[in-house]
Amino acid sequence: MKFRTRAIHVGNARDAQSGAVVPPIHVASTFVQPAAGQWGQFDYSRSGNPTRANLEQTLASLEGGTRALAFASGMAATHCATMLLEAGQHIVAGTDIYGGTYRLLHKIVNRAGIRVTLANSQDLAALEAAITPETRLLWIESPGNPLMSITDIAACAELARRRRILLAVDNTFASPVLTRPLELGAQIVMHSATKYLGGHSDVLGGALVVADQELYDRLYFIQNATGGVLGPFDSFLVSRGLKTLELRVVEQCRTAQRLAEFLQTDARVRRVLYPGLPAHPGHEIAARQMHGGFGAMLSFELEGDFEKTRRVVGATRLFQLAVSLGAVESLIEQPAAMSHASYDPAARAAHGISDGLIRLSVGLEDFDDLRDDLHQALDA
Amino acid sequence: MPKPSSLVQGQTRPGFSTLAVHAGESRQKLGDSITDPIICASTYTFESTQAVIDFIEQKLPREEYGRYGNPGERVVERKLAQLEGGEEAILYSSGMAAIVGLLMSKLNAGDEVIFFDECYHRSREFCSKHLSRFGVVTRQVPACDYRAMEAAITPNTRLLVSESPTNPHLSVVDLEQFAAIGKDHEIDTLIDATLATPYNLRPLDFGVDFVLHSATKYLAGHNDLLAGVIIGARDKLEPVRKLRGILGAINSPHNIYLLERGLKTFELRMQRHNENGLRVAQFLESHPRVERVYYPGLASHAYHDVARRTMTGFGGLVTFLVRDADWRQTADVVDAAQVARIAPSLGGAETLIEQPLVMSYYECSPEDRRRFGIPDNMIRLACGLENAEDLIADLRQALDA
Repeated sequence: MKFRTRAIHVGNARDAQSGAVVPPIHVASTFVQPAAGQWGQFDYSRSGNPTRANLEQTLASLEGGTRALAFASGMAATHCATMLLEAGQHIVAGTDIYGGTYRLLHKIVNRAGIRVTLANSQDLAALEAAITPETRLLWIESPGNPLMSITDIAACAELARRRRILLAVDNTFASPVLTRPLELGAQIVMHSATKYLGGHSDVLGGALVVADQELYDRLYFIQNATGGVLGPFDSFLVSRGLKTLELRVVEQCRTAQRLAEFLQTDARVRRVLYPGLPAHPGHEIAARQMHGGFGAMLSFELEGDFEKTRRVVGATRLFQLAVSLGAVESLIEQPAAMSHASYDPAARAAHGISDGLIRLSVGLEDFDDLRDDLHQALDA
Repeated sequence: MPKPSSLVQGQTRPGFSTLAVHAGESRQKLGDSITDPIICASTYTFESTQAVIDFIEQKLPREEYGRYGNPGERVVERKLAQLEGGEEAILYSSGMAAIVGLLMSKLNAGDEVIFFDECYHRSREFCSKHLSRFGVVTRQVPACDYRAMEAAITPNTRLLVSESPTNPHLSVVDLEQFAAIGKDHEIDTLIDATLATPYNLRPLDFGVDFVLHSATKYLAGHNDLLAGVIIGARDKLEPVRKLRGILGAINSPHNIYLLERGLKTFELRMQRHNENGLRVAQFLESHPRVERVYYPGLASHAYHDVARRTMTGFGGLVTFLVRDADWRQTADVVDAAQVARIAPSLGGAETLIEQPLVMSYYECSPEDRRRFGIPDNMIRLACGLENAEDLIADLRQALDA
């Protein structure tokens, strides 16, 4: 079955008891067992819940894996993956990883005696140079935030295989519609399901997907022991969102491409960062590893200072001023003032985050309406 | 009460998907949430006795008690009204509750209502079996026979009702003619456009007075809630809303939220339902085991011309007859389907299949079924959002089994 058909049917078998075409939401915290010492399929909802299990089955299928785990948030999922490591071991991560992951690695994971090195994942030699005999995990993200930097996942997988370390890919920005890292040789895929998977700005959730049963067992043990699971209502809403995932992502990519091309020709814009533009440094790799579109996130730099940029992001009538991304509503933000405000100016400059940078999450609105909105806001 | 976003109230009409995402919503919502909160309150509080008196005397626009309205419900009502190009929408707990709400409001003892006879059978049944007990007369004329409809009008006629396209025959009403009969005789007209949706057809633009939807179907789109809606002019709907407040067939805040969420992807879903419907219909028409296909998008369909003239697309519902098959051989095709699931209803992400003889007309006599145009070898397929290739492969193996 093709992707969209699987998104609708895998993990959504008809309910045998009622015949319901949509599986029931199992809100039970505990499950009645056949006899003392005998266990049914589900015992306690932290260890497993039918509604969550349905979502996990769908996610595993869509990512081309075999098993998935659903978490209370993307950070809970990332934290679970890092707990595979022990004191004395080492993580190499890209320099363009999500800020929350950066904070987790440098403020929490390090306290367990796990060392972290960041390296530019667009530069394979730099990445390899950062690997030590203690390295167990390579963590990358593509496209990266907020410059839409593209990391070659297959090349990183080859490096990880050669150095016998695990490769984990945060696939939040691409979604399995465009990129399936497990098929490119990664061992773990992580998602903030809050974004495209849920898709409607109304759920927080996270996921890990793997193809290897032994790795799944280790991750499952950690999840069950630490408890950051996704609730039944939110599992249902993510499953519901997945049914339109492909339609949404393909349409959002199409609109993002057109907006990128529009902004590129506008004199008020200094440069546009979108992997779908041939001038983008990651375009060639993106064309190879993203199928059906180049994502619906794009950034651009204004010909203007911090204040001018602040005015522009406040002047849109359709784009809404908010962090987060991946949903039906288009969002706009100024990384220097919002998503990356915690960086000091020097660190922002080092990461290429200028005061004039604006990040868009393109939603499902009509292209003409979004273009007109940006057009009027750029004069603010 | 929050004001709807000014952008979507502006002079130029925004794109359809922009409306689906934003129309009816406030730009800045309670708690600064990007999505509307689900407000479960059964009742709403007043600051003081004076506030109650002000509310009553000045008719202030605020909530009072759950049966009279809910903030989330008003958002979705505004969204649906804008998508349909109407002034006002009223939500109900189901499509049947919506049509019953309208009929109970518009008809008194001695009044008459005329139906095209391919209308949803439960709607006609409500009139002929239940409203008749209160002295309302129901007349039925053959679908799309405008002369017969006009001839059935008497001085007591108050409402003309049809569905378009009809179910399961997918006959398409010429809405200009239908609305003109109503205008000429000063009688209100109602179209149940559940199968078309405002993406494919907007009956109000043709002069029809009321549009009805089972919002359970394409509007909600995920086979996971029941809802109904009536859309039309504000003055005509005012008594209908008042009666709903008395009869109480309101929807739940949870359902309303899921409906709002479903509407966000409405345009994308309809494009896919239209594409799947057309491709499946074309496949079926070319298959040797298929005797006949009912689909307004096919040139062979009796109402293709009017459909092409008035509709953007033709939806996901496809009806067909299996060649030289008795009821059991037809049932074997239904049972052999693996992607499509056997169930009534339509309009959700999952493709559904059913044999009208079994699903809806099992207790009718063969003569009645002949009269209703329901042959034993008829199958109704409600195409969902799956890849068309998968649906076609599934039907091919089911027909070849």
